[in-house]
Amino acid sequence: MEPLTSRAQIIEKKKMNIWERMYLPAIVGGMAITIKHLFKKKVTVKYPEQKREFSKVWRGQHVLKRDDNGAERCTACGLCALACPAEAITMDAAERKPSEKNLYREEKYAARYEIDMLRCIFCGLCEDACPKEAIFLRDDKIVMSEFGRKPFVYGKDILVEPMDPTKRIDISARQKKTF
Amino acid sequence: MILDIAFIIYKLILIAIIFGISLFIAMYATLAERKIAGFMQDRHGPNRAGPFGMLQPLADGVKLFFKEEIIPGDANKKLFILGPCIAMITACMTSAVIPWGTTLEIGNKSLPLVVTDLNIGILYVFGVVSLGVYGIMFGGWASNNKFSLLGAIRASSQMISYEIAMGFAIISLLLVTGSLSLKEIVEGQANSHWNIVYQPLGFLIFIICVFAETNRTPFDLPECETELVGGYHTEYSSMKLGFYLFSEYINMFVASAVMSTLYFGGYHLPFISSLNLPHNLIAMIGVAALFIKIFLFMFFFMWVRWTIPRFRYDQLMNLGWKILIPLSILNLLITGLVILLVK
Repeated sequence: MEPLTSRAQIIEKKKMNIWERMYLPAIVGGMAITIKHLFKKKVTVKYPEQKREFSKVWRGQHVLKRDDNGAERCTACGLCALACPAEAITMDAAERKPSEKNLYREEKYAARYEIDMLRCIFCGLCEDACPKEAIFLRDDKIVMSEFGRKPFVYGKDILVEPMDPTKRIDISARQKKTF
Repeated sequence: MILDIAFIIYKLILIAIIFGISLFIAMYATLAERKIAGFMQDRHGPNRAGPFGMLQPLADGVKLFFKEEIIPGDANKKLFILGPCIAMITACMTSAVIPWGTTLEIGNKSLPLVVTDLNIGILYVFGVVSLGVYGIMFGGWASNNKFSLLGAIRASSQMISYEIAMGFAIISLLLVTGSLSLKEIVEGQANSHWNIVYQPLGFLIFIICVFAETNRTPFDLPECETELVGGYHTEYSSMKLGFYLFSEYINMFVASAVMSTLYFGGYHLPFISSLNLPHNLIAMIGVAALFIKIFLFMFFFMWVRWTIPRFRYDQLMNLGWKILIPLSILNLLITGLVILLVK
């Protein structure tokens, strides 16, 4: 039959010679290889004592950022929830009271902001959609395992970064513009 | 032989010690297998359960203990439970005739370090190993499961086929040593006259047959996971499965002991008698030497397992009947000829 391509290789089925039919020389050769591997360096990374390096733009857990005065940037506009392909983000908006001027940047803020980490696929589309540069994906924290489904719905207590100026989370590798 | 109380108590203690040691070694052989498999595959084996995974066999034992004991509905209950029992009993019975050392001299009594020195020692080992086939066959038949039955049939035919070549290798050894008793075979190898020098071909045949008898790769078709789900131990869970897996490692341990006794000088070290040491110390060193040989053989078993792919069933049968039996008869002829010419 005509070969279909010009790259076809003809394979000959050769009979084994006396050394190959004895099996033993091949077995001894194989065992030499295996014993060499016994003494080579192992490629295992012993997690959690050793960890692998993440890249600078790796997408980890979300963080809701504050501005330089400590006010939350998120205005509960809902663009992140709209952009999310897994429909993981839900939020309720509320109006800012006069006494809370230093807590929130604009008059509308998110009273409840929840991301269901089991639905989230860590694509970063919410970060791209946000007009206030409020939500980012960190490059240093993984979402850890939990027992049950409820603990995986992260609320504002876990997602908003601390007020303390020294404890802010650095996401400068992911920022495209600054206000 | 005087059947006094001291004799019986001494033998019972020795049996208990040997039983305990063989169980302990089989337990850690499971860990050693996984660690060596890991090292040969460029990874660490289990290393979480304790330092270097030392508590892993304990964890495995506890896990097996807590699993649910299921007996399939249509299974033959008596045979189902009897299978692993027979496998375990025959695995442990073989260790009774192996000479673990010379004699211990305590007080004015000379205590031999062998449970029973039968004058048909090696034939007894042979017979018990043949009985071990029943353990697998019962397991496969009583499971009421086609895959188990296939695994059991393959196992039994494999073991029967390779026993013949093993028997011929032992006959050639008998021509050289003149006695079936294991203790006399070891005594004949004193002063560096190890039998491997006199019977190299016999040793090669014997070791291939031992791989087949203990169902180790490359002859592990009865229990391979890729072809037969689990083979004869598919339907087993918890302690019965533990017995089957354990009896395989005890078989490996005893087979290594038999091989080092028959061909590698047992408890003799080459130059130990030229040093003038107290008798008990030489006995202890002999025991240690035997155990080192056994461990080297077990390492060899594991080394081969993670190197070679397994035989196909027809290749296996071909090897057993058409290649090993003629080779072992040839070995017998050559041995007889050489002995005739030497004498």
